[in-house]
Amino acid sequence: MVEIIGATRLHPLQAGHSSALSVSVTLAENATRLSLRAREDAIPAISKALGLSLPTKPKTSTSEGTRSALWLGPDEWLIIDTADSSVVADIAKAKVLHSAVDISHRNIGILVSGKGADAVVNGGCPQDLSLAVFPVGAASRTVLGKIEIVLWRLAENEFRVECWRSFSNYAYAFLQESARDVAV
Amino acid sequence: MLLIKCPYCEEERPELEFRNAGEAHLVRNSSIIEQSDEDFASYLYFRQNPKGLQFERWRHIHGCGRFFNAVRDSVSDKFLTVYKAGEPKPELDALLSANASQEVASVKKRAPRTKKAEL
Ligand SMILES: [Zn+2]
Repeated sequence: MVEIIGATRLHPLQAGHSSALSVSVTLAENATRLSLRAREDAIPAISKALGLSLPTKPKTSTSEGTRSALWLGPDEWLIIDTADSSVVADIAKAKVLHSAVDISHRNIGILVSGKGADAVVNGGCPQDLSLAVFPVGAASRTVLGKIEIVLWRLAENEFRVECWRSFSNYAYAFLQESARDVAV
Repeated sequence: MLLIKCPYCEEERPELEFRNAGEAHLVRNSSIIEQSDEDFASYLYFRQNPKGLQFERWRHIHGCGRFFNAVRDSVSDKFLTVYKAGEPKPELDALLSANASQEVASVKKRAPRTKKAEL
């Protein structure tokens, strides 16, 4: 006779409402964000205007106070600061050739934190997130499920996922479901 | 999953972050007005599509966003090398011999394991 083992029935809308999750998926506070493009020779002047040195190594980030710069490409950065930041006015002081677009409202930040946060992100992101390959401070544009994200490791067990506003429902639900799957 | 090395990110990344962008090293004639329709059509439409080694453009679209070139075997899917856009076409013979010696080395490395399995 077939023995029915006690599988718990999960409601599709209950993701994230389980209290037993070891990894929390929460919304990051509103932020000021800049999409910055500049050639190599403009980096020193822009770094001076921003008050933080732009990272030039792939997959790295730099921070100064609340302000951070994430390397996205050889001539592309994502600048993130608090919502009341003066970063837009600051970068306007750089007189070298560059392009800075305010994308504060284009992106949504989601924080994934707790033991096993890497496994939760890996539920939809194919990158190697071991500490040796993706250390604290590492940042990269990559994919999560079927959308593009920017992934930033804030601590060993904390990631910030930045996605486009219209994809945020998908990313949020995806990460919550993944958190349910890896719950220990 | 296939891992592809990006020459700008300087590391191997999952294939999901990349897009193939067709044959590499196609040069647009600087004065197409003097070009015959046949020549322009061959530049615009006709591709080699060889069975075996081919020069391709790839884009790390969900990564650094850069276009780069690669030499890939269309039968085995093996990437022989990748190089930045604008860099000269690598010599195939040199690549193949370098690759062959690498393969010999890896076979040598694997040899003890085969022995263990036999025991
Ligand atoms: Zn890349």
